[in-house]
Amino acid sequence: MKRVLFSVLGTILGLVGLLTFKTHGHTALGATALPSAALPATGTSAPAASTPSATGTGAPPDPSSGSATTGPASTSPPAAGQPDKSYDGTAVQTRYGVVQVKVSINGSKITNVSFLQLTADDPRSADINSQAGPLLLQETLSAQSANVNTISGATYTSEGYLQSLQSALDQAGFK
Amino acid sequence: MSSTLPAGAERHVEHCMGTVFSIDIRRPGVGAEVVADVVRWLHWVDATFSTYQSSSEVSRLGRQELTLSQCSPELRSVLEMAAQIEAATDGYFSIYPNGVLDPSGLVKGWAIEQASNLLLRAGSTSHCVNGGGDVQCVGGYDGGDWRIGIADPHRRTDVAAVVAGTDLAVATSGTAERGPHILDPHNGSAVTELASLTVVGSGITLTDAYATAGFAMGLAAIDWLEGLAGFQALAITREGERRATSGFRTAGLVSATALR
Repeated sequence: MKRVLFSVLGTILGLVGLLTFKTHGHTALGATALPSAALPATGTSAPAASTPSATGTGAPPDPSSGSATTGPASTSPPAAGQPDKSYDGTAVQTRYGVVQVKVSINGSKITNVSFLQLTADDPRSADINSQAGPLLLQETLSAQSANVNTISGATYTSEGYLQSLQSALDQAGFK
Repeated sequence: MSSTLPAGAERHVEHCMGTVFSIDIRRPGVGAEVVADVVRWLHWVDATFSTYQSSSEVSRLGRQELTLSQCSPELRSVLEMAAQIEAATDGYFSIYPNGVLDPSGLVKGWAIEQASNLLLRAGSTSHCVNGGGDVQCVGGYDGGDWRIGIADPHRRTDVAAVVAGTDLAVATSGTAERGPHILDPHNGSAVTELASLTVVGSGITLTDAYATAGFAMGLAAIDWLEGLAGFQALAITREGERRATSGFRTAGLVSATALR
């Protein structure tokens, strides 16, 4: 279970790392404006029918190394009734502002990511934050269901987001 | 149940060149010292080629504080490549976008390809190096294809297409959230016809440079790339219209064999 989750998180971090958004400066958005994203309880995730496959000739199938996205949904659904556990990431100071995320994990899935802090310096940057923030969060979640290994097309970059997310996941015990 | 990745598989994320690099090494893996070499290489490239650091070789060459013969062989090699690509793209690719030396458009792709070669020499026959959305894949993914999602320029959380294959490079040029940032080197104006252009090839250096040049060409890039052996492309216009080379199937899937 943990193995599978790790490979999911690896993919998420890889994807998130490539989705960049630039938060310029230091005008804190009101707390109420901070976006969050959550997966539907039933999951928009992986096609139910998919199983990790290794159709190659040499290597034996290895469930933990299959596409990071299909494995966890089919093999380890969140246990019903089990409460989410939340972890606050470190507040990361970037040259554009402060970023801090909070992740919720249920079983082997990230069920929610939200910003505890997201700062911007000017109206234009705040506007970008308000658009990019939710997209970044949604991307983290949809990375669990997108059947791809990586993404071409840099859009947003947030070192702060990545670092804060990683620190939250470290606290959750995934190294 | 172990809490580690399968033996030999590893993913490393590194911040460099103002973006994020993701290095995904499948089996057979390489030692940690090889990954450290790759990371060192990326930061060396950044320090040498950065136009933001006034002490970099590129900055000093641009200010004529250095002569070409005083520069590193790597820098000279990049400038030679740039001249060839400028000729091959009818001037649409230029390392003097604003009249000032700025080889950034070539350096990232080249750094990625060199990083991949470094892994290959160390014995990694299956890996992917992604630098800010420019992707070099070597071998396959655990016995199957690498699947590379193309970010939808109009709906950022969606994947517009998936490129699947082995031993391939994928680069996407597009306008960032802060608006058009690619200039037509012929007249200095921002190009706006396309929202994104994805080019698929075998090596990321040339693939990335052609994505940059093709984006400046607009839709004409599709005919241009159709005529080049070894490349396929998908263009998405500002209006959301799609045009692709014949090898880029309507389903949005392309296999490495279509490149040959």
